[in-house]
Formats: sequence, C-alpha cells, structure tokens
Amino acid sequence: MAIEFADVHVRLGQRDVLRGVTASLTERRVGVVGANGSGKSTLARLVNGLALPTSGSVTVLGLDTRRHAARIRRGVGFLFTDPDAQIVMPTVAEDVAFSLRRKGLSREEIDRRVTEVLTRYGLADHADHPAHHLSGGQKQLLALCSIMVLEPEILVMDEPTTLLDLRHSRQVAGLLRDLPQQVLVITHDLPLLDGFDRVLVLDEGRVVADGSPEEAIGHYRKLMA
Amino acid sequence: MNGLTGAYVPGSSVLHRLPAGAKLAGLAAACTVLVLLRAPVALAAAGVLVAALYALSRVGVAAAWAQVRPVRWFAVALFGMQVVFADLDGAISTTLRVVLAVALAGLVTLTTRTAAMMRTLERCLSPARFVGLDPFRLSLLLSLTVRSVPVVASLAGRVREAQRARGVERSLRAFAVPLVVSSLRHADALGEALSARGLDD
Repeated sequence: MAIEFADVHVRLGQRDVLRGVTASLTERRVGVVGANGSGKSTLARLVNGLALPTSGSVTVLGLDTRRHAARIRRGVGFLFTDPDAQIVMPTVAEDVAFSLRRKGLSREEIDRRVTEVLTRYGLADHADHPAHHLSGGQKQLLALCSIMVLEPEILVMDEPTTLLDLRHSRQVAGLLRDLPQQVLVITHDLPLLDGFDRVLVLDEGRVVADGSPEEAIGHYRKLMA
Repeated sequence: MNGLTGAYVPGSSVLHRLPAGAKLAGLAAACTVLVLLRAPVALAAAGVLVAALYALSRVGVAAAWAQVRPVRWFAVALFGMQVVFADLDGAISTTLRVVLAVALAGLVTLTTRTAAMMRTLERCLSPARFVGLDPFRLSLLLSLTVRSVPVVASLAGRVREAQRARGVERSLRAFAVPLVVSSLRHADALGEALSARGLDD
C-alpha cells in the first residue's frame, strides 16, 4: 500500500506552500527533511486529510483524501510535535481508552487493549497517573500509545523528537525502528533517519532530493550550508 | 493541583467502587439536604459526616484541602457579608453550606474516573439527540474543560517566566495577550489532534 502524491499544489493565502509534489511512497520508513517553512508539515497533514491539496491529488490506502478523509484517518495515525495538544483525558489509561470510545468494544476488551499497549511502551506503571504530571518524553510515548492502540496501517510523525531530550529522542528512535507500520517522519533530527529506506528533501515547496538517507541528507547539508 | 484539575486519585474504597451515576445522584441529594438544614449545629454535624466520607475514601488530607482551598477567600468574604447583613448564625450556616457542597463535589471528582463520569453524562444527555445534539460531544466538552485547566495553567506559567525575563512582570497586557494567543493556538492544535484521532466523524 502506498502514499501517492500526484502533482500536489497547496496554496495558503498568498503563499504557495507546496508546488507540484509528485511521489509514490511505498517504503516502510520514509523521512522528510527541509528548512522551516519548506512545506514539510503541510506534506504530513496531506496524508490524513488534515490539509487538502489546492490542485493535484493525494491517495492513501487506495483512497483519495478529498473524498475519504474520515476513512483514511481511521487507517493513518498522526503523532504531532507537541504531545500536550494530543492528550485529551486527565489520566494516562483514560486517554488511551478514549481512542477506542467509538469502536463499539466491550469495557473488558478496551481495558485489555489499553493495558497491552501501555505495557508495550513502558507506561503501565503510570496508568492511573495524571497525564500532565508525565515528563515530555513520557507524554510523547502516551500520545504514541493513544495512536497505536488503534492499530493504524500508516503512522505519520511530525517532528516527534523536537521537544524531547537526547534520552527520550533515542527512545522514540528505538521504538520507531520496531513499529510494524509504514512510517513517514518529518524531522530536523537527522540521526533519527538512520536506517531509513528513503528520505525526501523539501525546499520552498518542491522535492529537491529523493533517495537514500546518505544521499538526501548530504544534499540537505549542502542546501543549508 | 488536584483541586484545580479535578484529577482522579486512584483507590479501591467503597466510594471509588460506587457507580458514577449513584455518586452524582447522591451529590444532588446531599446538596439539597444542605440547603434545607438551617441550624449551625446541624450543618456542623453534616461537616463531620463529610469529613468521615473523606476518611472513608482515603484520598489523603492534601487532596481534600485542595478541593476547598480555591474557595477559602470567597468563604471568608461570604461570612463577613453575612455577619454584616444578616446575623452570626446565618453567616455560619451559609458559609458552611457552600464549603461543604464544594467539598462533596470535590470528593465525587476525586473518586470517579473522568471516563466513568463521561459515560454517565452521555447516558443522562441522551435525550439531547432529539434536538440534534450529540451526547458524546457534550461529554467530550466536559472532559476537555477539565484537561485544559492544567494546560492553560502551564501556559500562564511560561508567559509569566517570559515576562520576568523581560522585566515586564507588572504589565497586565504583556501577560494577557500572549496567554490568549497561546491558548488559541493550543485549541487549534487540539482540534486538529481530535480530527487526526478520527473524532470528527
């Protein structure tokens, strides 16, 4: 299953944020790098229909994001930079369970899935703790748990390590390697892309490099020099 | 912070195990009784009962104090006004009534998970469907309100720090403008996160 961008343009107000992006992303680990304002976050938001193309099309899980945004969101998890903006419920377990509220599952099944995902990501001991008492890294893990409990087919991460210290960044990088899903990561944290299958470099709304992490990051470093 | 955030204190007491609906109904009944009680002695006895309920819940003294702490100055002002405009007995009764009602509401919050409260509210609000309102969204509104309190408090803390760093800590405008802007940004981000979790279907 792929993420397909076909001649995607996005215009916000007077500004062209993306200018003719075409790419077919089929690899398991895809990274996107670029300067601030290069269109990276807009590209990420296009994948689950949070942003829509002004022209061109985005196809995810075989569906057009313009017509099937709700269905696509059920299959695409999205991890934002700031975990505080994603945590909805006061306690850790409740926030994870909240993701399953409209799935028609029994309370026992919800509890089982919540316990399983919190154990997998090392938050089981914090299940009843207030979410706002967690550290920044733990909050990002909680946000990840709240997405992973839905078992998405694709995971999009928009600068997931920007607010984290080195230890928690490494923890997220380690978890990222083990995720079974296709993952698209937008980042400034270049070591996070070690072992990735493909990296795209965006500059002023265009893909200016596309290849292995070594090639693409080399191009990005020259661009930023 | 518990008083501000209404955070649940985990436990296995009888009060923790009671269904949220029963606790809310009990709270409504208890508040009605408080309104009907007139004599300060009767309200003092009710105070002893509320203290006993807190002891039964085993939430701890700090969590109990956090429930009534935010209304302490209001209680002092109310007592003073009642002494001036009514009499001492009336002042004691009215003040005790308010403080005990707040303490009881706090006890319900401390011993009930937000998710359980949401489920109960959703059931109670289910008739709202007939006028086109979604009970889930209404109960979500309550949960987001509870969750937003510590977030806005944290934003206010950051703004205050930035004010101190720039030496403008006495300026109300320098406090209010960035706080409102950052709160609106947070609201936007939260809305986007809810959409991303498929909750705008």
